Amino acid sequence: MTLEFPDDPLLREYWEGCVAGQLRIQRCDRCGHAQFYPRPRCLACGGATLSWVEATGSGTLYSATTVWREVIPEFDPPYRVGLVDLVEGPRLLALLIDDAPLGAMVGVRWIPRDGRPPLPAFATEQRSN
Amino acid sequence: MLELGARPVYVTGVAESALGEVRDQTELSMAMAASAEALEEAGLTLADVDGLFVNYMGEEGSVQVAEYLGIQPRYSDSSDLGGASFAAFLNHAMVAISTGRCEVALVTYASRQRTRRSRNMAGRMSSYSLAAQLEAPYGLPTPVGQYALAAARHMYEFNTSPQQLAEIAVAARRWAQLNPKAWDREPLTVDGVLASAMVCSPLHRRDCCLVTDGGGAVVLVGAGTAKSATKPLVRVLGAGESHTHWHIAQMPSLTRTAAVESGRDAFAMAGVGPQDIDFVEPYDSFTITPLLAFEDLGFCAKGEGGDFVSGGRLGPGGALPAMTSGGGLSYNHPGALGLLLVVEAVRQLRGEAGARQVPRHELGLVHAVGGVLSTAATVILAAETSLQ
Repeated sequence: MTLEFPDDPLLREYWEGCVAGQLRIQRCDRCGHAQFYPRPRCLACGGATLSWVEATGSGTLYSATTVWREVIPEFDPPYRVGLVDLVEGPRLLALLIDDAPLGAMVGVRWIPRDGRPPLPAFATEQRSN
Repeated sequence: MLELGARPVYVTGVAESALGEVRDQTELSMAMAASAEALEEAGLTLADVDGLFVNYMGEEGSVQVAEYLGIQPRYSDSSDLGGASFAAFLNHAMVAISTGRCEVALVTYASRQRTRRSRNMAGRMSSYSLAAQLEAPYGLPTPVGQYALAAARHMYEFNTSPQQLAEIAVAARRWAQLNPKAWDREPLTVDGVLASAMVCSPLHRRDCCLVTDGGGAVVLVGAGTAKSATKPLVRVLGAGESHTHWHIAQMPSLTRTAAVESGRDAFAMAGVGPQDIDFVEPYDSFTITPLLAFEDLGFCAKGEGGDFVSGGRLGPGGALPAMTSGGGLSYNHPGALGLLLVVEAVRQLRGEAGARQVPRHELGLVHAVGGVLSTAATVILAAETSLQ
């Protein structure tokens, strides 16, 4: 089955990463700053050469809310949405698939979608090291 | 810093449009009627308007509205700072008037979002936008979901409680009970807020603003034209604005808003501090919104907002009257509240607020917020006994 990608050349690498089970972010070749979403310049140093790298997929839950109203047909309320601070730095909005408290370590999981790239979601991650 | 105070700018006319559920008018006719009323207070007519400031009136909004009003402005502004646009327009109009780019500035807006049922929590966006790709698939209702994330983070960092947030809704309702034009005047308690349905935790239904029709108009003029005013003068003493982000994941901190910068600039221009302010008209889209504003504007320290808004401080008879019309929570919220905050502040400063008149009304502060805690515009207004 062919997947439909959003018509956005800058995010194509990100969506292809989702298909491959990789959470991809941008890293500046000059100063090492990690950023997401992708841009043609580094927000930290202005550098023009940025590479896609695979993030660890681990982060800290910065905030979360439980949605009690029906918003989109894909999800039946209640469901949780949160902001995750990746260990690399960038903050992502994503679905939460468990009741991880704020401040908890969370790790990426993938939600499959019909005809479209999977979506990243996060769940509590046990500290293994 | 611009030395804007050297050439004073006054608000000499304010008006509300029809409010609540408006079925016999259009947005444009509401804006025109309110504009004419505000201009009457200013001792002027539509023909005198040479500066026009509008937002949310469609594509090229100021162009559409100017044609409808039958005017040809020489200064025009449809900057979109969301709900903060109209407080920001006082900033822009002050600059335009004090530098001679216009002499009579009209700020106007009207919405029929309630009767048109135009609210949509999933948002409207083109499929290739960043928001469509990175936010919409997660079903976070906009804007309540983003404000809920800020409230949850504030609770986590500072132990702010749902009861403290509810105090803000209760204060607004107590003011609304003194305002015959307020939409919701039923008694409301902290327990009542907490018992209302959860929308997006930790925000309950009664932590969220109304969805009503409404609008209004504000007229600003230079000192020469202020002579024709028919009401007590109100001077724009200071103003500031800023914005931090468009997507909630890009907000640097969910517990610090652009009010830090907009307030800093407004207070610096006015030459006053929070301790000098008699009353505040904060943008109360959700209960968390004024709480963050009080902290960021310096009325209390960061993290102490929960205590600050408790104990009846903001309500009638409180030490810092706020949301004195009943606010967006209980009086009216036409989608962009900022214009009505200015209207209320001016009426309080003139001493014409009737049963809800605040006891001290020499210096008032309007603080408007737009987007998802994205934009901030602060205006400090002063009752003026004589022309400068």
